[in-house]
Amino acid sequence: MIETSHLSFRYSADSPELTFPDLSCPNGEQMLLLGDSGCGKTTLLHLLCGILRPNQGKVLINGQDLGLLTGKSLDRFRGNHIGLVFQRSHFVQSLSVLENVTLPYFLTGQTADLDHAKSLLDTLGVGHKAKSRPQDLSVGEQQRASIARALVHRPAVLLADEPTSALDDRSTQAVLNLLEEQAAQAGATLIIVTHDQRLKDRYDRKVELKSLAILAS
Amino acid sequence: MNWLYIAWKNLGAKKLQTALSLILLAFGVGMVSLLMLSEKQLRDTFERNIQDIDLVLGAKGSPLQLILANVYHVDAPTGNIRLADAEKVIRHPYIAEGIPLAYGDNYRGFRIVGSTLAYPQHYDATLQSGEWWENPFEVVVGSKVAATDGLQVGDTFFSAHGLQDETDVHMDKTFVVVGIMEESRSVMDQLILCNIETIWQVHGDDGDVLDADREITAVLLKKRNPLAVLTIPNVIRETNMQVALPSIEINRLTQNFGIGMNTLRMIAGLIMLLSFASIFISVYDSLLARRYELALMRTMGASPRGLYISLLLEGGLLSLGGAILGLLLSRGGMVLLAQLVADKFRYDWESLGLLTAEGALVGLAIFVGLVAAAIPGISALRMDISRTLSDSP
Repeated sequence: MIETSHLSFRYSADSPELTFPDLSCPNGEQMLLLGDSGCGKTTLLHLLCGILRPNQGKVLINGQDLGLLTGKSLDRFRGNHIGLVFQRSHFVQSLSVLENVTLPYFLTGQTADLDHAKSLLDTLGVGHKAKSRPQDLSVGEQQRASIARALVHRPAVLLADEPTSALDDRSTQAVLNLLEEQAAQAGATLIIVTHDQRLKDRYDRKVELKSLAILAS
Repeated sequence: MNWLYIAWKNLGAKKLQTALSLILLAFGVGMVSLLMLSEKQLRDTFERNIQDIDLVLGAKGSPLQLILANVYHVDAPTGNIRLADAEKVIRHPYIAEGIPLAYGDNYRGFRIVGSTLAYPQHYDATLQSGEWWENPFEVVVGSKVAATDGLQVGDTFFSAHGLQDETDVHMDKTFVVVGIMEESRSVMDQLILCNIETIWQVHGDDGDVLDADREITAVLLKKRNPLAVLTIPNVIRETNMQVALPSIEINRLTQNFGIGMNTLRMIAGLIMLLSFASIFISVYDSLLARRYELALMRTMGASPRGLYISLLLEGGLLSLGGAILGLLLSRGGMVLLAQLVADKFRYDWESLGLLTAEGALVGLAIFVGLVAAAIPGISALRMDISRTLSDSP
């Protein structure tokens, strides 16, 4: 369960205040956060995973108020409960694909389940690249590897930031199928943050950030 | 997986930068350690051979030359002195003991020194085979002489005039090896010893020369009274003799060396400073190039402290590697230097012991590496993850 209430944020004292509608998504469900560029999507995403702290309001993940966590415990909670997939995939370039996928285990202090990591890569069709450097993979392969990395340690929430904006229609369908399948298999709540209007009708649970977010201050 | 592994992989991913840092640090550490080693060897060699010789009596000339020639046998003697004059000094009440030396010949570059048994006894030299000499032309050879020329008890050889070359061989006088000394790591190892009569006879004295006209090269003196240092120069004022103090001359010599050593030490320090800059740049570069990676690891649960540790480990690995390479380098240099010294001066230098000061040097190098990494690493502690992720390409 992920839910927010009365969230608002401002970057500095003289910048406009961004306010966000309340969200709520039960475990294992899927939700779309839709909004144009500049409406504060990324800010909301960062608030949801505790990288930014709201000025007001709170974020609850499985009942835990992120605002009550600080420092190392927040880092650890984020690592344990949230998987992130970014628009463009980034990796630790000096490590192999498989090492990158097992990184969440190490960073959250869990024992690595190598078999699970490998089978996840296999399922996503990049098992044969496990030993390659991430930069030697195609963009599509990189995205699939990054989905494996986001889900390998079975987080409660999978947050995907603009996963489809650079893709054609067919690839968009493929990536969305993959995200939905994998999130469902890992039992994770899937939240997609995007400005991609093509996704609009695919999800029942959605919040449009368009005009809501920006209030003249 | 652990931070050490990640740091190791990161260094491996930027091989050129890593190699540059390693080379610079290795040269810095290597030079300092080579200086330490050679200084120690030099000091040890000097001190071992002075033992407790307080004064050296010999012909007038450079006092340093007198010491180098008669204590270390690395320089030509200043000339000869009359035995009768020397004996007056030896019998002086302030003098406890005098060891006369007479030489002028060599065998394959090793000096043949005529003296009394007090000379080897002074260096605690013992025999590994044979006996001490009793008669003229019986010689006892040092361990290095025996090893180099394959001499054994019973072997015979001819001497050559002079102290180095073998052009003018005294074919008419045969030397017999009667004893071989154990290695004493002193000047004894590289000498051929016999009695003084032998030296006189090689040069045409068949017993018909008056005692008063006999000459020797030098006398090593041990004082009975500290005033000897002040008194003896007055005693010999009217002769062609001088006395020199080994400790003072060697101090003067090492001080002159010291200027060169200090220059080298400064250059080594400069190289260490450069390696500091190189490690600093390497870690800073890591940080710039991998900002996004670091932010990414934060989103995956890494604490700022973890990231800081990984950067420190990069600096630590670089400096540890550089220090170890540096010590290997100085060992290599020392082997070459010892070879050079052995060829030129016939002194053996041990080359490989690890000095306590070198432990401190390695510690310093690692400290330098950690500090060089710690400074840029601070920005990893302060990183704004949200901004770094938003600014990504």
